[in-house]
This record gives sequence, structure tokens and C-alpha cells, in this order.
Amino acid sequence: MNQIEGKQKIWAEYQKEIGDDNFFFVRSCIRQSFFPGSEQTFLKIMREYLGKRVIEDYRHTTCTGIGYHSDIVKLPTIETVVARHFSLMAENGCENYVPSCVTSFGIYSEILDTWEHFPDEKERIAQFLKEATGRTLATPKNLAHTSDIIYKFRNEIAAKAKFKLVNKKTGQPLKVVEHIGCHYSKMFAKRSQGGQEFPHVLVGMIEAWGGEVIDYPERRHCCGFGFRQYLVMANRGYSVANSYKKFESMEPYHPDFIVANCPGCAMFMDKWQYTIGSMEGRTFDQEGKGIPVLTYEEMAGLVLGIDPWELGMQMHQIPVETLLDKMGVDYDPDKKFLGFNDEQLPKPPEIVFQRD
Amino acid sequence: MIENIMTKNWGYQISQTRKINLDEVDLTIAQKILDMEPTFRLCISCGGCTATCTAGSFTDFNIRRVNLMIRRGQLDGLYEQLNHCMLCGKCHLVCPHGVNTRKVILLMKQLLSEYESHRQINKEEKNV
Repeated sequence: MNQIEGKQKIWAEYQKEIGDDNFFFVRSCIRQSFFPGSEQTFLKIMREYLGKRVIEDYRHTTCTGIGYHSDIVKLPTIETVVARHFSLMAENGCENYVPSCVTSFGIYSEILDTWEHFPDEKERIAQFLKEATGRTLATPKNLAHTSDIIYKFRNEIAAKAKFKLVNKKTGQPLKVVEHIGCHYSKMFAKRSQGGQEFPHVLVGMIEAWGGEVIDYPERRHCCGFGFRQYLVMANRGYSVANSYKKFESMEPYHPDFIVANCPGCAMFMDKWQYTIGSMEGRTFDQEGKGIPVLTYEEMAGLVLGIDPWELGMQMHQIPVETLLDKMGVDYDPDKKFLGFNDEQLPKPPEIVFQRD
Repeated sequence: MIENIMTKNWGYQISQTRKINLDEVDLTIAQKILDMEPTFRLCISCGGCTATCTAGSFTDFNIRRVNLMIRRGQLDGLYEQLNHCMLCGKCHLVCPHGVNTRKVILLMKQLLSEYESHRQINKEEKNV
């Protein structure tokens, strides 16, 4: 075995199996509120651009992960809720379970791991499920996060790309900060792409679509969400301090945008910039407008040439126009706040991060 | 419409970082103690010294903490803490690595006394 083959063998241990078709898709509580366009874009890419079968079931509920991580939902309760979700998947004839949320992904990973190591617990939950709903417990053949799926088909998306992650004026690759949710790769590394040490899920997309990944000192630091840090208002100073540390660390590398695969991370890295701007009057970019924060579906959607307002990018706290201009994406500023049937939605005021 | 958001009250503030930049703090005292009492290097911060310390039972004196703060170059308030030590030497008897803790404390007092004196002189000069 030569050196390259050896490295390939080692890298193979960091790969995860991802289903190819026939996905059971479950939505995220946070994303439906803050990035509703992203989940819709995922479905559009999968169905219209890649021709895959993706099933949704309206009976799917929250995984109760936020309640679980804030100590108000007990383990057997969340296990039974998850068991019901898996049962819905089986009822729909699917084996590939695809959660849109990284918190849920961590919950599903944790519970599958628990059942693997404690079969008695699995039997107990199967009994609870039967008594509560009359359903039979099933487990997925494959569990993959939606970012895993986009990662798997990144080259197919690149082949259909209308734009690249390249600055149209300079011809240089856009500098991208990638942020992986802690519950994606730090808890059950074997279920992530690249493990704890080399999470490759976003890097693979960025590189396939022409961008350049920034490696900055606090790259793997938590965004600060962490449920307990955020849910109590008195603790939010700690939460925002984590993001602040990351922003300060990435600032010298002049990132063009940030992309995250976790709903909480994308939300906080977007909204904390506004908070920090209001508290200290500073931003971490050169234009003084903040660094745009994207989800990976929004990044894929821009690459595929989908209209940014259809992607839901008007929902961002930090305006994305600087990035759209760099990429050369056509957009109509007047249509930014148009709803269905061209109904004009209320326009938020333009923000100034300046002290009086 | 333009909104200046600097006037918002959020109900919390950004927590200040507790990180220590070892390139910026003053480590000369720690280095001098290491030079003058090499057994100081053998300390594994097990806390046996603090557990047996009589002064520590009645005051906020904590030799393990003082050790740590000196190594981090965080010297404020340490001299006052060291004044609680009675130099009984029990910490020396229990140390599993044979660190001459009694001598370390004496050196700390001497060096921190000089440090505090310099700081006081600098402060007075600035006021003048």
C-alpha cells in the first residue's frame, strides 16, 4: 500500500453512508420560523433539480429537543416522540431518515445509540409507543442530516450551477467561513462527514462550488447557542460572548460570508451581529454592514441561480446584498419585501451601527 | 427610514472574556521562583498543601490557587493572601512530589513585596 492509498484508507473511516433516494424529510422548529425558505429550497433542489423522491408527513411534530436540552422534557418522553417519528417513516415506506435540524440530528443519533447499547430500553420505548399510539417501533436504515444530502450531491449541483462562489469583479474565489453545528459532529462523530477532527460537510460544498474556505483560530468554537446559555435572559451575555470571540477571530481574514449547517448557529451568528452592533457600535466586515450568514441551501440555491427573495434571504438580519453584488446575482431590490401575489410586506428600517 | 439601534436596551451585556494571554502577562516572578527553588517545577497542583493548611481553614488563603495565579501572571491581591500563612510547613510534609512549599512561599512573599513596592512607587510618580 503506497502513501496515497494509506491516506485514502484512513479518510474512508471518516466517511458516512448516505442514502441515495427515497428520503423521509422532517422539518426543524427553528428553521421554519427564521429560515423558512431554506427547507423549501432543499425540497426544490431534491425534487426538481436532482429528481429524488422526498416524502413529508404532516403528522410529524417537534422532536422536543429544545425542551430536552433545557431539562423540561424527560429522556423516555423524547425517546417515545422519536419512536413515533420513526414509525411515521416506516408507514410512508421509507428507510432514509433526513432531519433538517442539527439539534434533532443529535437527538436521533443519541437515541439510536442508546437503543443500540441498551436493547432493554428500546423494548421499553416500543412498549410506551404501543400503549400511547398503537404504533410499532421501526428504526431507519440510514440517518443523514440535510447538509449530508446536499454534500453527497454537491458535484451534481456544481454541474447545474449558474453562478460560482467567485467574486465576479476580481475573479477571485469568495472567502467563506464554514461553521458546523456542535450537535452534528461533536457528539456522535461517526455519524458525521469527516468526524470531529475534519468535518468536511460544508468544506466539500464550498470547494465544489468555487469558494475558498477560511481556516481561522476559533473555527471550531461553539456559536454560543447552547440552549441553557440562551434561554435564560441573564445568561445571554455568555451566549453572545461566544459568537463575539468567533467574529473577532475571523475578522482579519475578511470573510465574504458565513455558512452554517445548524439552524441555531445560522440564526445566532446572523442576529448576534445586530446585537453586538447595537451594544458596541461595531461590525466585523469592511463595509460596516455585517457579514452575511447563509444556510447551505441558500448557498446551493444562489449557485443554482434561484432568486434570492425566493430563497427567503430577506429574512436575514444582516443584509445579503453585498454578497449578491459580489457574485453578480441579478435581483430586484423592489421585490425584496413582496409576499405572495405581490403583496407589499412591511419594510424593516435601514440599520445604522453607529454611536450618536 | 433609518433606525439607529445604539439606543436599544437588551437586558443583558456581553460577558467579558477570561482568557489569559501568556505573551502579555508578567511571568518574571514565576520564573524567578522556578530558578531559585527548582522543586516548584514538580508541583502537579494536586491541592494536598491546601487541604492540610491550618491558615486555609480559617482564612481565604489557598496555596494551590496562589501557585496557579503566579504561574498565570495574575498577581493582584496575592501578597495580602500570603500574609495569612503562618509558615508552619505542614504543606511541605504532605507534598507527594517533595516541593519545598515553605521556601516557595517565602520567595513569593519576598518577590511580591518588591513587586508591590515598585507598583506603589510608580503609582505615586504618576500622581506627582
